[in-house]
Amino acid sequence: MKFEVGSALSIAAILFTVIVVAAMLIWVERRLLGLWQERLGPNRVGPFGLLQVVADMIKIFTKEDWVPPFADRFSFLLAPPIIMVVILLSFSVIPFAPGVGVIDSDIGVLFVLAMASLGAYSVMLGGLSSNNKYALLGSLRAAAQMVSYEVFMGISLLGVVALAGTFNLREIVLSQADGWYILPQCVGFLIFVIAGVAESHRLPFDIPEAEQEIVAGYHTEYSGMKFGMFFVGEYLGVVLVSSLIVVLFFGGWLGPAFLPPIVWFVLKASVFVAFFVLLRAAIPRPRYDQLMNYGWLFLLPLSLLNLLLTGAFVLWQEGM
Amino acid sequence: MTLLFYSAGAIALIATLSVILSSNVVHALVYLIISLLSVAVIFFALGAPFAAMLEAIVYAGAIMVLFLFVMMMLNLGQATEDEERAWMQPSLWIGPGLLSGILLLLFVSTLLTHDVTLAPVEVSVRDISLLLFGPWLLAVELASMLLLAGLIAAYHLAKK
Repeated sequence: MKFEVGSALSIAAILFTVIVVAAMLIWVERRLLGLWQERLGPNRVGPFGLLQVVADMIKIFTKEDWVPPFADRFSFLLAPPIIMVVILLSFSVIPFAPGVGVIDSDIGVLFVLAMASLGAYSVMLGGLSSNNKYALLGSLRAAAQMVSYEVFMGISLLGVVALAGTFNLREIVLSQADGWYILPQCVGFLIFVIAGVAESHRLPFDIPEAEQEIVAGYHTEYSGMKFGMFFVGEYLGVVLVSSLIVVLFFGGWLGPAFLPPIVWFVLKASVFVAFFVLLRAAIPRPRYDQLMNYGWLFLLPLSLLNLLLTGAFVLWQEGM
Repeated sequence: MTLLFYSAGAIALIATLSVILSSNVVHALVYLIISLLSVAVIFFALGAPFAAMLEAIVYAGAIMVLFLFVMMMLNLGQATEDEERAWMQPSLWIGPGLLSGILLLLFVSTLLTHDVTLAPVEVSVRDISLLLFGPWLLAVELASMLLLAGLIAAYHLAKK
């Protein structure tokens, strides 16, 4: 069996790696947070606390799997898998290295955006079906936040698409051989990172699950592996946004030849995963209305302006 | 691709029927989303990946989210479900059923008299953009003006 784009081996390897990495991130995040907050973090189970993840998994799988009697069973059971499925599907268009990927799609960027917009249902249905006021408040916030930030996320990507002239993520990487898009598209990059944090509702934008205000937001009523799916889905989202940043703005697997391409990809993506954790450790949570105002009144005009200037630049370059 | 087309079509039919039959509004919405997604798959099978993605992003991803958003704020409970069930009387099915039956007859007769074969032609994103910003530029501009008018109206209404 050959290791190429779309081969069964490639698909299985990517699926396995992505899920294991997302699970390991639970430990990585806690250790990194400990480092930045001058404490130790989980270091008891196994070497460096590495087996903490295994212990957590055993705990979460053996917990009582409980559906509240007042919940709407159909939507309650449907909500957690949605986030896992849509994010894992998004990984199918990510080009990890030459020959490593699931599909080479000409609509790659659009596919990721479509899946991101479907991800909102997980949070909304989860909160709505719980029949709990805190869960409902959380999912209302999540819905507004995700729908709004999806817009800026899409528009900030279009600058890169205009420069590369394609929606195909692999071709976008290849077109960065003479220079990464981080330089011409630094504004788009900043908007994308902010929107990416908001889309994966990670701290500091974890307003849908703000513990201090609304218990745990949309997953208040969830326990066991159903909660676990929301949890792992969040980390999968972190990995996905980091991979997208690398692919779109930092030249994907491209790098000096002394390291294999896949190593470059993993290294670059790890930097952004660590950055996500640092954000959590460093920045306090804004208020809900601040987040919405910031998005619509600042990020939207800025991203439109960025798109306009990029378009003008592309036209000017073609005219030369 | 033919298998994909027919299976997606079957899912769309079943899901749409469930939208009408389900008395719980949230369940009906979930079925509607499934129906829209299967229509997206149909577009894909017919060789229009761009239209498929737009269907998923705009209809399933944005408009339906707003529907669900409104639904959340309405606080619909058991009472609405009972009301819905009461409305679902067999006598109500006669009129729409008859009309749909006539439509189906017309549709089938058209299919039989005309030579229609499923021959998907792949339409790439580039082709669509060239068409939109070439021959159809005026229509695109008019649509954008309409959207702008809607945007300003929404702003005005929200400000009051």
